[in-house]
Amino acid sequence: MNKTIYLDNAATTRTAKEAVDAMLPFFSESYGNASSIYKLGADSKRAVNEAREIIARSIGASPQEIYFTAGGSEADNWALIAAAEACETKGKHIITSKIEHHAVLHTCDYLEKRGFSVTYLDVDENGLVRPDELEAAIRHDTILISIMFANNEIGTLQPIKEIGEIARRRGILFHTDAVQAYGHVPVSLSEYPVDMLSASGHKIGGPKGIGFLYIRQGVKIRSFIHGGQQERGRRAGTENVPGIVGFGAAAGKAMDTLSERVEKETGMRDYLIRRITQEIPYCRLNGDRVKRLPNNVNVSFQFIEGESLLIMLDMKGICASSGSACTSGSLDPSHVLLAIGLPHEIAHGSLRLTLSEENTTEELDYVVETIKEITDKLRRMSPLYEDFIKKNGENRQG
Amino acid sequence: MYSEKVMDHFNNPRNVGEIDNASGVGTVGNAKCGDIMRIYLDIDENHVIRDCKFKTFGCGAAVATSSMATELVKGKTIEEAMKVTNRAVMEALDGLPPVKVHCSLLAEEAIHAALWDYAQKNHIVIDGLREPKEDIHEGEEQEEY
Repeated sequence: MNKTIYLDNAATTRTAKEAVDAMLPFFSESYGNASSIYKLGADSKRAVNEAREIIARSIGASPQEIYFTAGGSEADNWALIAAAEACETKGKHIITSKIEHHAVLHTCDYLEKRGFSVTYLDVDENGLVRPDELEAAIRHDTILISIMFANNEIGTLQPIKEIGEIARRRGILFHTDAVQAYGHVPVSLSEYPVDMLSASGHKIGGPKGIGFLYIRQGVKIRSFIHGGQQERGRRAGTENVPGIVGFGAAAGKAMDTLSERVEKETGMRDYLIRRITQEIPYCRLNGDRVKRLPNNVNVSFQFIEGESLLIMLDMKGICASSGSACTSGSLDPSHVLLAIGLPHEIAHGSLRLTLSEENTTEELDYVVETIKEITDKLRRMSPLYEDFIKKNGENRQG
Repeated sequence: MYSEKVMDHFNNPRNVGEIDNASGVGTVGNAKCGDIMRIYLDIDENHVIRDCKFKTFGCGAAVATSSMATELVKGKTIEEAMKVTNRAVMEALDGLPPVKVHCSLLAEEAIHAALWDYAQKNHIVIDGLREPKEDIHEGEEQEEY
């Protein structure tokens, strides 16, 4: 196979043709500033409003509850910092989990340095937050709960409905980082009681550099970018019109195709999980088997290190990612894999494959065969495997 | 991110394997940090390294530096092998990204650890050689599943 097999859709996705086509006129033809009064500006404003309506409809919000941002990280920063500042007279305690994205965790670090205290909830071995533990962590001064909808590494879907109900009953603001979930699983506000929700364009076939924060009507949080009156004065700055238009087109497509994609991706995901865990020894699935994003596969191969695996996969045309230290640029492997209880050396040998509807079974078969060859080659090179075999003998299935 | 030489040594590592009844074996690094290197030396009566093999658990740079280190010490006397520094390994690989420099240090340590084992077994003293750090044990308790 000479083409690239892209299995890193949790990192980013190919921009959908519909999104690119929708965006193009807004670069060199309809380039007006959406705040301008003349027709060229009004065209941009109309396009932004249309995109806002599509996106609002996609989660069951009203358009004035959608605030465009430069992406998921900005939305997370905004939600946490502005909510903390708005509520600090009521209390300074925040609850989140140990497996959040760094956009949330590092923002919590920042808030801790500003005098807030943060409880980082443990998760179980599948990466699930326990609602009873969350409720027990609530204090009289708890002002904000932030739990991600779906984990970006292991794909675990959190009990957002239960958590949202607890937060609402206790009168605490609830934010969810839905960057990995939005457009991949149904995210409907009628089902999930959330006050703020972050999402990103480029994870669903939209362009990079655009996202949104949903802020439920009536929730009082501060502006994030100060300046003009864009986004009802809460997020100033000239609108990224092509980005917003592209995001709208991608969101529309994602909603139209959601149920068939969920079905197709779930089938491919389960096929990959079954083949890898049955055919490759000393390997385990990370994350919940059922409460899981339809496109996420995360496995650990004992005795091998993730970066080596990724480079060899790349040589074979396969794009994937790992939670090993070498790929995170630090000495520790992924905080998510450590939080679900994996020993360091198993976490170093993790591989994340995230599908799109464009993948085929033929590609997956090639990927499985390639992973078999590579894990075999790396194990023959591994002193850990050598020690294991000397101790336990060969041909022992894990 | 890696030089062509690093990629070559990663894709076609030289001297992978074990040596039965090796004159010296050294293992350094730990699984917790994601790097373990093991070097086997076969040393003749004239203190010349006749053969050298390695096994490595680690990233691309860890594999490439081990491979290059074995090439650099093969055929050398132990005194000459002592002069194979991490810098020499890096230079031979046309450099490493800054975050991977520790891999070349590990390669140097692995050679030294194997030489130390040889020196201990033969009750000799090798100039400039110190006892290797014992920090690999965290990796020994492998969880099975």
